[in-house]
Amino acid sequence: MEKFTTLNGLVAPLDRANVDTDQIIPKQFLKSIRRTGFGPNLFDSWRYLNTGEPGMDNARRPLNPDFVLNQARYQGASILVARANFGCGSSREHAPWALLDFGFRCVIAPSYGDIFFNNCFKNGLLPVVLTQAEVERLFHDVAAFPGFRLTVDLAQQLVSYPDASRAFRFEIDPFRKLCLLEGLDEIGLTLRHSDKIHAFEERRRAEQPWLFG
Amino acid sequence: MASLVAPQTLYDKLWASHVVHAEDDGTTLLYVDRHLVHEVTSPQAYEGLKLAGRKVWRVDSVVAPADHNTPTTGWERGIAGLEDPTSRLQVETLDANIRAHGARAYFPFLDRNQGIVHVIGPEQGATLPGMTVVCGDSHTSTHGAFACLAHGIGTSEVEHVLATQTLVAKKSRNMLVLVEGALARGVTAKDVALAIIGKVGTAGGTGFAIEYGGSAVRALSMEGRMTLCNMSIEAGARCGMIAVDDRTIEYLRGRPLAPRGELWERAVAHWRTLRSDDGARFDREVRLAAAEIKPQVTWGTSPEMVLPVDARVPDPDREKDPVRREGIERALAYMGLVPNMPLTNIRIDKVFIGSCTNSRIEDLRAAAAIVRGRHVAGSVKLALVVPGSGPVKRQAEKEGLDRVFKDAGFEWREPGCSMCLAMNADRLEPGERSASTSNRNFEGRQGAGGRTHLVSPEMAAAAAVAGHFVDVRQWR
Ligand code: SF4
Repeated sequence: MEKFTTLNGLVAPLDRANVDTDQIIPKQFLKSIRRTGFGPNLFDSWRYLNTGEPGMDNARRPLNPDFVLNQARYQGASILVARANFGCGSSREHAPWALLDFGFRCVIAPSYGDIFFNNCFKNGLLPVVLTQAEVERLFHDVAAFPGFRLTVDLAQQLVSYPDASRAFRFEIDPFRKLCLLEGLDEIGLTLRHSDKIHAFEERRRAEQPWLFG
Repeated sequence: MASLVAPQTLYDKLWASHVVHAEDDGTTLLYVDRHLVHEVTSPQAYEGLKLAGRKVWRVDSVVAPADHNTPTTGWERGIAGLEDPTSRLQVETLDANIRAHGARAYFPFLDRNQGIVHVIGPEQGATLPGMTVVCGDSHTSTHGAFACLAHGIGTSEVEHVLATQTLVAKKSRNMLVLVEGALARGVTAKDVALAIIGKVGTAGGTGFAIEYGGSAVRALSMEGRMTLCNMSIEAGARCGMIAVDDRTIEYLRGRPLAPRGELWERAVAHWRTLRSDDGARFDREVRLAAAEIKPQVTWGTSPEMVLPVDARVPDPDREKDPVRREGIERALAYMGLVPNMPLTNIRIDKVFIGSCTNSRIEDLRAAAAIVRGRHVAGSVKLALVVPGSGPVKRQAEKEGLDRVFKDAGFEWREPGCSMCLAMNADRLEPGERSASTSNRNFEGRQGAGGRTHLVSPEMAAAAAVAGHFVDVRQWR
């Protein structure tokens, strides 16, 4: 997994609540057996005027000029500011894969769908939780100031304005933080406990043999 | 002598009995008993396993079907019936992965017992009380109906479970949803689920493990309980569960993968302990009166946008919160609905009876009872019945339900996820409107530009006949 330490990036807003994973990456693109290549179809049904199918040349599809990520000022954004319950819905990890492939490394929202939130950490995409009021402030400032950027410092757990006029602190689970900072392989970490897993399994097999076989 | 152990919830018990290792901060390695695998969320996990040179930790924990991509017609043509080359590649990749790595049971495309992963798990007895059940699919919450700790996981976690038989997790908080009293005629488990989501919202259960209780829940069949637990994720909770009782045990008796003989007796004795202790503490409680629940219809693009069938489409002008108002306006624009129109005036183009929420035999019986001797309205372009599995389909045919549906103008299809998420050919065209027994009404879920109204099987069947929504309580 790619490390996440600090990020200074252009911010884009997505001003709607309950953005579900079907919107982040529609199901027709889940037919891929790879982890990459989902970026051009991120938010596909909002981003293009026609219906996307796998295998299309996305560069030739008509863009929806009203969709926020199509606006010139947000090109190259790596931080997405979003509303409550972002990423609700399905467990498809294709959602964080698509956000990453598009260029986002960080999402900032007041709350997230549980499984999506979890999936982000496994892929080096940082989902920051800020308060409703702080997110409101960001929506205001990203609209007011073209080229609005933020610095996200994971070690310090801070989202700050480049001119240091404001900084918002965020909470994060210490283990998840460590994994992101170090880019750790979670499976490798877990396998250090192999003996314990074996011991647990043998006890379970003895006590509830009907669960095995 | 008073017990020194504090009363535990069912979730507390399930959690505690699966802890392999816990760090001081609560980060826990949780043992996984049953790993359900399907073709869409597993290829990258098997690929990762291979790249790292790792093996599947416990092959006999894996049970897999191909269900999401598979077509519901053309099975007589064999694998050639799977015309979409990308879908076919996924199905064949699953075949290859199971061949290479093994499984306790595999239900490939065209197998006579193939079906939706959350239908076949319980049907085969692959889901047993007290298990942790995971799957790269958010509706894994379904299996909580058997007092399992069951929830969806992402593909990285699928790989993690394949490689280590564990998940890295943190404990959720406890939430109790109590539904007391008797449901009125025509009101089903689906309506209860939708009413709960309408009450708590799609994020109301975020961070919680839900336990459903109360006399109305106990009165549900196992299939009704599965429908209820299935939609926990739509209330934001990763898992929902129900205590073991006689009904749970009777359902499992004799299932292919369930224990037998002396083992069965031992298992049952253990299963009977799988309930919350008296006095167990919940962090949040929600109560609903069963008698007040009416048949539900969603009107918007999130399952929380739901109302009783006798209500009217909401008026955004009456919503004070600006974000919510905009949400309503956007949903109404997408859904092509005008404020204040009665829900029963909404005309539909297609009907879908199926999905892991409502494709079991009782669902099909209930829908068939509504349409028996009647005909699908001329304005309805397509009415589909997609049984949840091969065994459900055969049972329905034995009872003649296929004839009832076909005589009424429904199409009777092969099992699979079908128009629940429209990864195969079954879908809505832009602007088309469905009455659907599935679980998500998100924009484009059933096809780009499609408009989905979630309802119970009875309500979907009645809407098919009438061409618009009707209150099944008045159906004669
Ligand atoms: S029926 Fe629908 S919700 Fe259920 S597993 Fe299939 S796609 Fe998912």
